Amino acid sequence: MSEVTTPVEDERLKSEPLGARIMKRPELGAIAGVILVVLFFLATADSSMFTLSGFMNFMTPAAQLGILAIGAAMLMIGGEFDLSIGSMVAFAGLFFAACVVTWGLPLILAIPLTFVFAALVGGVNGTIVIRSGLPSFIVTLAFLFILRGLSLVGLKLATGGSTQLRGVREAVEGDWLAPLFSGDALGGLFSWFASMGLIDTFKSGLPKVPGIPVEIIWFTLIAILATYVLLRTPVGNWIFASGGDRNAASNSGVPVNKVKISLFMLTACCAALVAIITVMDAGSTDARRGFQKEFEAIIAAVIGGCLLTGGYGSAIGAFFGSIIFGMVVIGLTYTDFDQDWFQVFLGTMLLIAVLFNNAIRKRVTGER
Amino acid sequence: MTEPIIHMDEIEKHFGNIIALAGVSFDVFPGECHCLLGDNGAGKSTFIKTMSGVHKPTRGKIFLDGQPMSFDSPRDAMEAGVATVYQDLAMIPLMSVTRNFFMGREPTKGRGVFKRFDTAKANEVTMTEMARMGIHLRSPDQAVGTLSGGERQTVAISRAVYFGAKVLILDEPTSALGVRQTSNVLATIDKVRQKGIGVVFITHNVRHAMAVGDRFTVLNRGKTLGTAARGEIKAEELQDLMAGGQELAELEGSLGGTI
Repeated sequence: MSEVTTPVEDERLKSEPLGARIMKRPELGAIAGVILVVLFFLATADSSMFTLSGFMNFMTPAAQLGILAIGAAMLMIGGEFDLSIGSMVAFAGLFFAACVVTWGLPLILAIPLTFVFAALVGGVNGTIVIRSGLPSFIVTLAFLFILRGLSLVGLKLATGGSTQLRGVREAVEGDWLAPLFSGDALGGLFSWFASMGLIDTFKSGLPKVPGIPVEIIWFTLIAILATYVLLRTPVGNWIFASGGDRNAASNSGVPVNKVKISLFMLTACCAALVAIITVMDAGSTDARRGFQKEFEAIIAAVIGGCLLTGGYGSAIGAFFGSIIFGMVVIGLTYTDFDQDWFQVFLGTMLLIAVLFNNAIRKRVTGER
Repeated sequence: MTEPIIHMDEIEKHFGNIIALAGVSFDVFPGECHCLLGDNGAGKSTFIKTMSGVHKPTRGKIFLDGQPMSFDSPRDAMEAGVATVYQDLAMIPLMSVTRNFFMGREPTKGRGVFKRFDTAKANEVTMTEMARMGIHLRSPDQAVGTLSGGERQTVAISRAVYFGAKVLILDEPTSALGVRQTSNVLATIDKVRQKGIGVVFITHNVRHAMAVGDRFTVLNRGKTLGTAARGEIKAEELQDLMAGGQELAELEGSLGGTI
């Protein structure tokens, strides 16, 4: 049919001001939060917090959490939860360390194996949730304990009784893949900046910041990729649809179960990436690795605009949510406040974020 | 005489020892609105679910364009051109109109890893198709939750039409709507009919049926009580048939003929 339809303005509709449009974006809360937190620390913290090295200081923990939070956010948009990601970090860390130390595998094998292993565990998690129809909350809560316990038992087996597995750094030293997952990237660029006098240097002429920690680069790339997938691919539409209403989605031909299981696998892989980076960074792994990260990741995702009921949220939001997190954890050390305020701050942020998101959702759906 | 698009011949459906449908025949011609009326429990839902591939008939045949067909799933039926708009509409309120419109059938551009959701095209198609049905969206990324019930119904209908429905089954599209929205939906049905699509309009409201129907079939206790063309039957007669003719006559008297 080739009839031309000219859009007719409906006289009952006011044109929407830019402000109202921005109000509807899920990541708005997180961006506003970042601004507030920056203002807070500008007022209270030592000025060295906002130098380049201070920036790297708070971005590193933000990135480690953020990789998890983006995975958690995508899973939450898809309508499910994973409480086992913190334990998954420990479990994948153990597997990775065992690969390189106990079995002496090179990184080119150890890293893909760790991802496959994590994806399998994530797949088991997801399959149980889908097949049983139980809430993912309870299934993954079980895995929170199972994986944490297995990590302890496995560590003792691998080390002959210790809960820490050392020797990772020695094992991966000189491996050509190591720079991708540990240390600082763009070292050459930063030395050049230093020689040009663009950044702060030590007296020896070496830059104070030797490069960008790799996790920050991973974090940024994953945030961009996740946003692209969510907003610009059919799969992204399926994720929103699966989380929004699984019946409606599957009646419209969306492979809901596949989408959800894949998201569980993706979240587990995010945990594995964090495990690989942190284990290589520390040179060892232990059973407490990733402890309580599941809650922090979910909090970062919620601050980033994800609804607990699914179907709404954003990866950029989780990105900024994690940055808020990193700034608060590290920023408090630059102030005179007792660091234990951190948890109070965290809980308050979560509460405000949920109230705020609730209001936003009502705006979007036009509920009154 | 043109061929019916879909012809359901002596359909029976048993659930265990319950006979939900005891031999129902029904057909739809292109460009016609065939109303299926019946009170609750008459077998309307079972019948349309058989037509749309959710249930397999226990006995009886389905012909599509004269060819015998057997649908294994709703997806099968959809691909053959039988689309159903259920009461829950298969819409997600938090998602935009465009995202709902193309849910599960997203247009893409690029290839390989660069294959992506062609949002520009999707938005354009959504705006055009909705305008064609008389709904002017503020913007294609407006959430479905902000639309009225009638508008949502129209989104669901135009989605089905856009994706090549030959037969459109509407399951009580007007049951939860106000007067104004009902007339919008009825007008939409008329537009769909003019495209040559066969519409099956399920309702238990005789007045809504009389407003757009070309033919009327009444189901009662799993059987057809007959089919009548427009002008051959009066609203009161339909009403009586639906209720099985029982005490409604008396009731009608006491209510002053208002139902």
